[in-house]
Amino acid sequence: MRRLLGRLGFYALACWAALTLNFFLPRLMPGDPATALFARFRGRLSPEAMGALRQAFGLTDASLPAQYLTYLAHVARGDLGLSVAYYPSPVSQVIAGGLGWTLLLAGTAVLVSFTLGSLLGIAAAWWRGGWVDTLLPPLLALLGAFPYFWLAMVLLYLLGFRLGLFPLGHAYGDDLTPAWSLAFLADVGRHAALPLASLVLSTVGGWMLGMRNAMITVLGSDQVALARAKGLSPARVALGYAARTALLPGVTGFGMAFGFVVGGSLLTEVVFSYPGQGYLLVQAVRNQDYPLMQGIFLVITLAVLGANWLVDLATAWLDPRTRGAR
Amino acid sequence: MAGATPAWWSALRRDRKAAAGAALLGAFVVLGLVGPWLVASPDALVGIPLQPPSWSHWLGTTGQGQDVLAQTVAGTRVSLLVGFGVGATVVLLGALLGVTAAYFGGWVDGLLSLLFNVFLVLPGLPLAIVIAAYLPAGPGTVAFVLVVTGWAWNARVLRAEALSLRQRDFVAAAVVSGEGPGRIITRELLPNLTSLLVAQFIGSTVYAIGAQVGLEFLGLGDVSAATWGTNLYWATNDSALLTGAWWTFVPTGVCLALVGSSLVMLNAAFDELANPRLRADRAWRAWLLGHGLAPTRSTPVVDRG
Repeated sequence: MRRLLGRLGFYALACWAALTLNFFLPRLMPGDPATALFARFRGRLSPEAMGALRQAFGLTDASLPAQYLTYLAHVARGDLGLSVAYYPSPVSQVIAGGLGWTLLLAGTAVLVSFTLGSLLGIAAAWWRGGWVDTLLPPLLALLGAFPYFWLAMVLLYLLGFRLGLFPLGHAYGDDLTPAWSLAFLADVGRHAALPLASLVLSTVGGWMLGMRNAMITVLGSDQVALARAKGLSPARVALGYAARTALLPGVTGFGMAFGFVVGGSLLTEVVFSYPGQGYLLVQAVRNQDYPLMQGIFLVITLAVLGANWLVDLATAWLDPRTRGAR
Repeated sequence: MAGATPAWWSALRRDRKAAAGAALLGAFVVLGLVGPWLVASPDALVGIPLQPPSWSHWLGTTGQGQDVLAQTVAGTRVSLLVGFGVGATVVLLGALLGVTAAYFGGWVDGLLSLLFNVFLVLPGLPLAIVIAAYLPAGPGTVAFVLVVTGWAWNARVLRAEALSLRQRDFVAAAVVSGEGPGRIITRELLPNLTSLLVAQFIGSTVYAIGAQVGLEFLGLGDVSAATWGTNLYWATNDSALLTGAWWTFVPTGVCLALVGSSLVMLNAAFDELANPRLRADRAWRAWLLGHGLAPTRSTPVVDRG
């Protein structure tokens, strides 16, 4: 329990670091984003919007510490300023529109990749030297050598453009309105299939290799030898005894993997024009929409920190050794 | 590494995978060095845009009518340079901070560890994108951003390793004999971490090349220069995917994968060098196979006579 609270404190600190980075980056960098924006929108932005922009950057005439406090207070209220590219929508509203899609894509990708990779790793370790063990690792390593988004481009080209099996972009068809209907969900699935496949293809190899190596170590342990000696069925020994222990290091890496996959899904979203955080982030960068950019960075950071904390909880639950107060 | 034949050289010669990796990487380094002189200017508008590969343009033309082969070859230099440069910087920075943390312990360690744990948990690519967006676009910006977001992992691993070295007698002896911390870190600790540092250099280079291409793909590099990342940026910008112009993005991806796998192959060999257990396991399996026995999970009973 104390450990978990300690981790919570660490995440709070990391969150504060992200906030502070967000505040100081525009001030440390050469040039001034607000001035650049003023120049860009001269005559097109109302004085109130200018004021809102200044607010978003905290670029008032107040002293730096006062600006910092104002900025923190605004963020705490969920006020991230107004988006420039989607003016006059508030940044929080723009982000809310894309967050679900990213969580859907990255979350599913991590889950599928982890489950599939671990199962393959178990199979490879159990039938060591078999075809799973000899064929798949080099193949997956080769796929992992290509950049995430490049695999996405190839999949889009081959399965989307050439064969026409999947849509070429976006999260759902233009002719549909979002609803909890079967037709809509099926369409969302069809649109997510290729981005998902590209993310899974490039990450599954790592999980498989990790699980395989952990399994091989565990298979040589006394615990597994005892389970065998007891005459338990091979399936029980493999899954109930060896795999459960071998899974632990994988679970620990899970939170970090979520961070990586969110990063990877950013580029994949760009390839598929998938309306998640990555697509929005790139739009924000191209439009010099600094408030939106900062807001997205903050939300992604929060999501990654949250995922890490959940993983801490899961590790505590899986591993009795970490449960006691140390 | 003072012997006549360094250990890594003989390992390289023994291990077929490592030799293949080294040869492949060497080929790309040579291409990066002399390549730009072998091809025409990558920016020259040489033909009709989006032509498939032909005799006059081996890899076709881009959406602007530039030669894809020239662009791919010219891109090798910048991409490799940034990759290796960032890889080296990141490892040096990580070693400096990680080993310092491990050597001094106490509040220094607490503070530095906190710093790199925070950097590790912040999502790297989004942070890199945000920083790069504020800086003038170009290879310098990309390199800087990659160093800022990439050093923490190395620092953490090196801290752990140096922490165990710190407990050894030879370090204690150096401390007792009155050596300064700077000397102990550079003369006693770092040399013993060489194999790990090499492995990290290779790993960090793989990361740097991949992340660099990602940033440039988003248009955060110098979009007027020919690099692997900007090639992909222009390919999507000219909607190569929706016009079927596969030749504008396939060559670059293949080059990236080849360089990436060559580095991974090399790393596997160095890993074996640094990790004796892997070496023993391999030798044992080779011996078993050589004697017509199938390596299995259980230890086989073998008559060694």
